Amino acid sequence: MFHPPSLADFFPPAIWFEGTPFEINRIILVRLIAVVALMLIFIIGARRAKLVPGRFQSILEMGLDFCRNSIAYEILGEKDGKKYVPIITTIFFAVFFFNITGVIPFLNIAGTSVIGLPIIFALWVYFLYLWQGVKKFGVGGYLKHSLFPPGVPWPIYILLTPVEALQVFLLRPATLVIRLLANMMAGHLLLALCFAATSFLFFEASGALKAFGAVTFVAGFAFFLLEVFVAALQAYVFSILTAVYLQMSISEEH
Amino acid sequence: MITAPLVAAAYSVAAAAEEEEVNPLLPHTYDIVWSLVIVVIIAVVFIKYALPKFQAVLDERTEKIEGGLQHAEAAQAEAAELRAEYEQQLADARTEAARIKEAARAEGGAIVTELKAKAAAEAARTVETAQRQIEAERQQAAVSLRNDVGALATELASKIVGESLEDSARQSRVVDRFLEELEANATATTSAGKEN
Repeated sequence: MFHPPSLADFFPPAIWFEGTPFEINRIILVRLIAVVALMLIFIIGARRAKLVPGRFQSILEMGLDFCRNSIAYEILGEKDGKKYVPIITTIFFAVFFFNITGVIPFLNIAGTSVIGLPIIFALWVYFLYLWQGVKKFGVGGYLKHSLFPPGVPWPIYILLTPVEALQVFLLRPATLVIRLLANMMAGHLLLALCFAATSFLFFEASGALKAFGAVTFVAGFAFFLLEVFVAALQAYVFSILTAVYLQMSISEEH
Repeated sequence: MITAPLVAAAYSVAAAAEEEEVNPLLPHTYDIVWSLVIVVIIAVVFIKYALPKFQAVLDERTEKIEGGLQHAEAAQAEAAELRAEYEQQLADARTEAARIKEAARAEGGAIVTELKAKAAAEAARTVETAQRQIEAERQQAAVSLRNDVGALATELASKIVGESLEDSARQSRVVDRFLEELEANATATTSAGKEN
């Protein structure tokens, strides 16, 4: 029997608390495991952080350094960036850990492949950049700043302002959610499809068809590596967009 | 056909999607609730604990490195200062040595000059003494000579007057006699002087 992956994979049956707002199914469990792993790594890392770093600390610091220099400072500059380094770093590592569960054996599904988590992250970013913009320019100032970009002849605003409004208030958070969700869902479907096909071809197909199991296995292997890359890439994209939206909200000029 | 199972799989994915009534874009309440809980936990732990801790270590490291650099700079400056001081002392010592040498040379010169002057003075004094003695003796001789000459002249005159000089023969006889007497006198005086 061939078991193809389906959307049902993302809505497994409840394990505990069925029907309550605290229902726990397999995916919530995977997320909790990812959180525990992330917390353990960083709490132990922080507790053991020394002046002269060991190998474990060096790897963590490399990641932190990447978030600080290549994301926050790169986009926001050192002066503004400093304030947002903790948030951007947190978002990067959290998204990465929830993504990477998609390729970890026995977890096998990304924590971000169900829409709840991407929505929470996106809302965090959404309210963060709105709040920072309003804090800096005031409500009116921020609206004028982001909806009526300077240096444009006024008739253009008829076109530009609705587009900008759509951007700032809807498209930015929505694209954050959907980009991450779709990537992780597609990744899971691809991987599961390859491995389901491999399993089916090896054990249930007849004769020469078995050989094609090798093809799907290699494809699965390739997609596995691709998914590792995508997990990191999507974490990077999410956090760099956070920095970019913040920069757009608080910068003096567009 | 190799693609047959894949196509079949794709169909069944689509079929499964149709069978289920779920829309992956609509979140369930529990999904949102747990996501929120999870993100809040991560945010609090990261922002309140882990990242500041790492930042503190980083800052401390930066501080240590800067401190080390400053320390090294200070040590270098101190070394340079010591070196300058040492060189200054060396130069001073050299100057001092040269000065002492010069002073010694000058002093030696002075001593030589002084000794020369002393020797010259001594010599002058010796010469003067000698001259004085010679002068005294000369004066003494002159005095005694004058006395003798006076006595002789008186004697001679008395003899001339006594014998009445008539002719030159007599005259010369008188003179010759006088001279003979004089010589005899002188011999007597000499012998008397010798006896004395």
